[in-house]
Amino acid sequence: MQSIQPINQLPSSEAKQMSMAKITIIGLLGLVVWYVIYKQLEPFSHFFSYSLLGIEKGSHLGEAIQFFVYDTPKVMMLLTLIVFVIGMLRSFFTQERTRKYLAGKRETAGNVMAALLGILTPFCSCSAVPLFLGFVQAGIPLGVTFSFLIAAPMVNEIALVLLYGLLGWKVAALYLVTGLLIAMVAGWVIGRFKLEHWIEDWVQELRAGEAVVIEEKLTWIGRVERGREAVRDIVGKVWMYVVAGIGVGALIHGYVPETFMASIMGKDAWWSVPAAVVVGIPMYSNAAGIVPIVEALLGKGAALGTVLAFMMSVIALSLPEMVILRKVLKPKLIAVFITVVGTGILFTGYLFNLVI
Amino acid sequence: MEIKVCGPGCASCEQAQKIVEAAVSAGSVDATVTKITDFQEIAQMGIFSTPAIVVDGEVKCVGRAPKPAEVEEWIS
Repeated sequence: MQSIQPINQLPSSEAKQMSMAKITIIGLLGLVVWYVIYKQLEPFSHFFSYSLLGIEKGSHLGEAIQFFVYDTPKVMMLLTLIVFVIGMLRSFFTQERTRKYLAGKRETAGNVMAALLGILTPFCSCSAVPLFLGFVQAGIPLGVTFSFLIAAPMVNEIALVLLYGLLGWKVAALYLVTGLLIAMVAGWVIGRFKLEHWIEDWVQELRAGEAVVIEEKLTWIGRVERGREAVRDIVGKVWMYVVAGIGVGALIHGYVPETFMASIMGKDAWWSVPAAVVVGIPMYSNAAGIVPIVEALLGKGAALGTVLAFMMSVIALSLPEMVILRKVLKPKLIAVFITVVGTGILFTGYLFNLVI
Repeated sequence: MEIKVCGPGCASCEQAQKIVEAAVSAGSVDATVTKITDFQEIAQMGIFSTPAIVVDGEVKCVGRAPKPAEVEEWIS
């Protein structure tokens, strides 16, 4: 997507129209170039490892190098494209709009919408608390708020891209659907418990206040700019985790025996799913770093349900986030949150181990 | 002039702070820049997404780091 260069705000509307058409053409051309290069990556990795370096096909070293040379550019290209598109899309979904929209929703329908909006609303883990406060202030039910707070980190676009790129669309779809379902159901369950009194007292008092809303007018050029900013921000930050993750993945891929993981993370080890969830909670990894490792584990005989449970636990139940949420939630409510989401993840893990 | 940068301290909050401080020193404006990290204080100003910039009690931008040109306009 290098072809989309900065386009300065042009003064006249006619000039703007022209550059709008230009954006579309450049965008489409960029997409074609992107696809052509993408398709060459696999043959190139074979050529590079087995012909250019002359390493024997099927050897440990050859397997590891070919995996690394193929997967690194592939994942980076996918990541750049998707982060750009999501960055543009997100300029339509501001936190203010989401809040206003959810404020008018009842529970159940609200849980569904909140989980879906959780994916598209721009959100970073440190803005979880202000966002939570805003939801409370707008009178959004607690359960609906939780659906949003669970879905936002759990269904992560970077994880989704990596799962698609490394494991295929079926696993990516499973992750998306189960992640959304857990967010919807867990939020709904928390709503049933009527735990509003377990929110810290000073938060309750905010209900009387007024939220400051500043609507931004964005042109299409502005939205493209947002996409570029997202790429610079996110890809610039996660690329090293991706490369490191693929590096570890490549080592596992080349050197660990095929059935090694089957005994610890296989289907027959019933305890592996809860163990995966418990191990995942204190781990706070970037989604970008964890997926390549997940792929390698799967390739060595780990069961899909166990691996998914591990990944969801790492992403959705993180210790640092709990510490931040503690400022607005009483400990009992945090315990309920962990229990409900953890149960959902356990259930997903066992379900996939059973079905697949 | 009193400028408040509200945010718990993640990457984009730090970026907002840097942009504001740079604009203040470049424009040689007489302004104090304070960083507000307490969620309660932030919420009581009606701010529910961070980073946010408050100039002399007026909320200027919410939920994103401002552009340098915007800050120059607010403080001039």
